[in-house]
Amino acid sequence: MIRAGVVGASGYAGGELLRLLLGHPRVEVIQATSQSSMGKFLHQVHPHLRGRTTLRFISPDALQPCDVLFLALPHGEAQTHIEQYTALAGTIIDLSADFRLRDPAAYAAAYGNHAAPDWLPRFAYGLPEINRPALRETRFASGVGCNAAATILALRAVRDAGWLDVSQPIIADVKVGSSEAGSNPGESSHHPARAGVVRPFQLTGHRHEAEIRQAFASSGPLDVRLSVTSVEMVRGVSAAVHVTLPPGLAERDLWNAYRATWNGEPFVRIVHEKTGIHRHPEPRLLAGTNYADVGWEYDPASGRAVLLCALDNLGKGAAGTAVQCMNLMYGFEETSGLSFGGFYP
Amino acid sequence: MSQPICPECGGTVNVPADALQNELLPCPDCGTELEIISLNPLTLERAPEVEEDWGE
Repeated sequence: MIRAGVVGASGYAGGELLRLLLGHPRVEVIQATSQSSMGKFLHQVHPHLRGRTTLRFISPDALQPCDVLFLALPHGEAQTHIEQYTALAGTIIDLSADFRLRDPAAYAAAYGNHAAPDWLPRFAYGLPEINRPALRETRFASGVGCNAAATILALRAVRDAGWLDVSQPIIADVKVGSSEAGSNPGESSHHPARAGVVRPFQLTGHRHEAEIRQAFASSGPLDVRLSVTSVEMVRGVSAAVHVTLPPGLAERDLWNAYRATWNGEPFVRIVHEKTGIHRHPEPRLLAGTNYADVGWEYDPASGRAVLLCALDNLGKGAAGTAVQCMNLMYGFEETSGLSFGGFYP
Repeated sequence: MSQPICPECGGTVNVPADALQNELLPCPDCGTELEIISLNPLTLERAPEVEEDWGE
């Protein structure tokens, strides 16, 4: 058993992380911090954890040494205290954006100045599906942006097949649920203002674009543009990435490309059904899981393809992937603690 | 019995040993409804869609 702590555990990602870690056969959760909920039982903030643990939130100042620390802090916090955390634990997995970009200039362009830029190249990007070998070798893993992860996974098979035309803009239309905004309420999340909404949130200049460009840097300078819209959903990301494929491809070619990339991946499933109502990836079916479902719609006449990916922003888009990274970093079974398959309807 | 591939997506289709000619079965990958046209050699084709004869 390894001993784990979660820093900033009162948010939604922290709660999802605790749920997964408390069910993990190789992990003992020994501490969880929260500035705002110090002294409360975990289940008083995360009611689904009632009966799973008797832990109470502690102050960040009371953290004890442990094997692995998960950082589920607001962006900017982890980088400010990274030396303190690495003194407490040999393994760090950060869920924020603080260590996702390896290039300090790219980080500065997307997020502003970094408090510990020397640490950026020491972190491995935490999406196993594109960075598994590095994650097996590192002690420091970053989180993933949920919208970036969905777009990267949507694009991956077509990129691997060599069909991406980097001279064309790649437009990713991303629909997101309300939990992406975090657990702190605000005017935009007030129920009368949020319920039933289809609200264009950020149609240009989304910060996750830098993460996608970094993921595909070996293919050339990708001109990827995210357009994010908030919709009536609590958990979930649905990415539809618009590209034009080379002429002459048939449906079977796309099947072959997707199988070549994704067969054998434990958490990526191809969803491209000819019949029924669930023909494409749907985020609702993935709530609470670590799965990412990928698929496509292709028009051979025009070459236009819409590449699809759905995932749970708190699962595969945050806490699930973080646990998957931990499994790789410790040499555990990669799927350990992540077997929940979702529910329906 | 050998494992044929789906004529739509190229996926492997498991055909039961006791399958009959004209039996319908779905492709596990793309869900296309397939018909066993022949058992020897084992041949699958996309099953015809349900059609109306419009009373003619």
